[in-house]
Amino acid sequence: MRQMLNVLFVTKPEVYMGLQGETIVVREDNKTIARYPLHNLEGIVCFSNLGASPALMEKCVQNNISICFLTPTGRFRARVIGETRGNVLLRKKQYRVSDMEERCLDISRNFIIGKIYNEKWQLERYIRQYSLRVPVEEMKLASGRLSKYLTEITESENLDQLRGYEGMAQTVYFGSFDPMILNQKSDFFFHGRNKRPPEDRVNSLLSFAYTLLTNDIATALETVGLDPYVGFMHQDRPGRASLASDLIEELRAPIADRFVLSLINRKQLKSNDFEINENHSVYITDSARRTFINAWQKNKQEQITHPYLNEKIPWGLVPYAQALLLARYIRGDVDQYPPFFWK
Amino acid sequence: MAYNEDDFLMISGIQHFIFCRRQWALIHVEQQWEENYFTIDGEQKHERVDNPEIHEKRGNTISIRALRVKSKVLGITGKCDVVELRKADDGIYMPQYGGNYSVIPVEYKRGKPKENNSDKLQMMAEAYCLEEMLETHIDKGYLFYFETKRREEVILTDDLRQEMIESIEEMHSYMNRGYTPKVRTGKKCKTCSLRNICLPVLNNQRSVKDYIQGRINE
Ligand code: SF4
Repeated sequence: MRQMLNVLFVTKPEVYMGLQGETIVVREDNKTIARYPLHNLEGIVCFSNLGASPALMEKCVQNNISICFLTPTGRFRARVIGETRGNVLLRKKQYRVSDMEERCLDISRNFIIGKIYNEKWQLERYIRQYSLRVPVEEMKLASGRLSKYLTEITESENLDQLRGYEGMAQTVYFGSFDPMILNQKSDFFFHGRNKRPPEDRVNSLLSFAYTLLTNDIATALETVGLDPYVGFMHQDRPGRASLASDLIEELRAPIADRFVLSLINRKQLKSNDFEINENHSVYITDSARRTFINAWQKNKQEQITHPYLNEKIPWGLVPYAQALLLARYIRGDVDQYPPFFWK
Repeated sequence: MAYNEDDFLMISGIQHFIFCRRQWALIHVEQQWEENYFTIDGEQKHERVDNPEIHEKRGNTISIRALRVKSKVLGITGKCDVVELRKADDGIYMPQYGGNYSVIPVEYKRGKPKENNSDKLQMMAEAYCLEEMLETHIDKGYLFYFETKRREEVILTDDLRQEMIESIEEMHSYMNRGYTPKVRTGKKCKTCSLRNICLPVLNNQRSVKDYIQGRINE
């Protein structure tokens, strides 16, 4: 597998990034506060309102370094991406496939199979590891229902049916999410997913993790030459990275959910790491965001064995591996898209 | 039939094609490359070659360096390291140099002679271009290897010519279809700079259908 390069996170809300030679210069109040060499970077994620100079963006585009702009609270704003890799042929095939209902169904089915499988094993891991701390009966029941959907899904005949199963599985899985929060229960609880805005600490952590993961996936898709904006399951909508939304489904549980749960359970974040706005939306504070990102980056370095490729890779390259496999499937190298299964 | 200039293939691609057809297709059809592909490729090229055409006269020999060549018939293009023009009575008349000359291509290669004949095929393709551009017949050339410091004579046989033509035609057909072949994987994959994009495991892995079925039935 490819080498994993660094991502630079700019977390201060009022800094500006400029370019000096081959170096990023970060300024605050017209004073230089940091410098980073560009080589070795694969992306920049910027939470600042001030942003980056056009010269820096140009340099990044030339060097295939993606830049993602988020609001200081972590909501997606825009992406600047490098020269598209690969050949127009792959994209044309992708567009053609995206217009064929049968093929869309075939691929989407595998996305959802991956998703439900991984949700099931997320529950199973907690059942196995913490049999004395989780409601085993209840969670076993949920896991069993997910297994049932998994079998049924292979017979889904259209995208609506598939989305139906996905919705039901989602309810079952999130129904067992709260029990997996083992520590700090009075501050961290989960009564269902809400996102715009997140109304509790757990939802704000999940939203943040999903944003970072979506960005990693979109960059990976771009890197292998696919168009992140044209999806198979999620319909195209201007400004939405539909294919990234498709691909994230199977990765949410093993990458984002698992990570968020461990942050809480290991008490790496505490109740006062959050701010509550007048409208009851909950956000992570600046300093906590840094803790979050550091842990996120560290998690990316951890090695795993890819279930289909049978090759050791760091977690951070999983989005890239899946993007590559998707591109290879679209090109006709494999009979189906192989989802990422994590047990 | 003559090819349109836009559809010309790079002669230097022959080395990829002979090494592995899939590698050639990944680079030339899909235009995929690893970050460092161009650097690697750049290193393989040697120092002098990139100067624009230089003409040098020594005794009975005129050397032209970095000569761009092409063939409309085969639809290929490339650059010859050196083309030697040697005074010869039975050669072609070249008014620019006031005499008759025979034409001999010389390629410089880093490293030592390869096990496969990709260097010879590349030379054959260049010779073919020269023949078309100069209306002549070329029957030999030289390969110079930096590592062994030896100049090897390459006889451009009918077999070599045939093999080159067939390879080029196969390359064009992949290019037209936008097709990347699956190939037998093996030792070569270990040294292949494109293995991370190729994923050689896809060439002999069990079907994805079985992979998924196996997981669902766990
Ligand atoms: S990894 Fe092996 S099969 Fe793939 S392009 Fe390289 S040599 Fe060919």
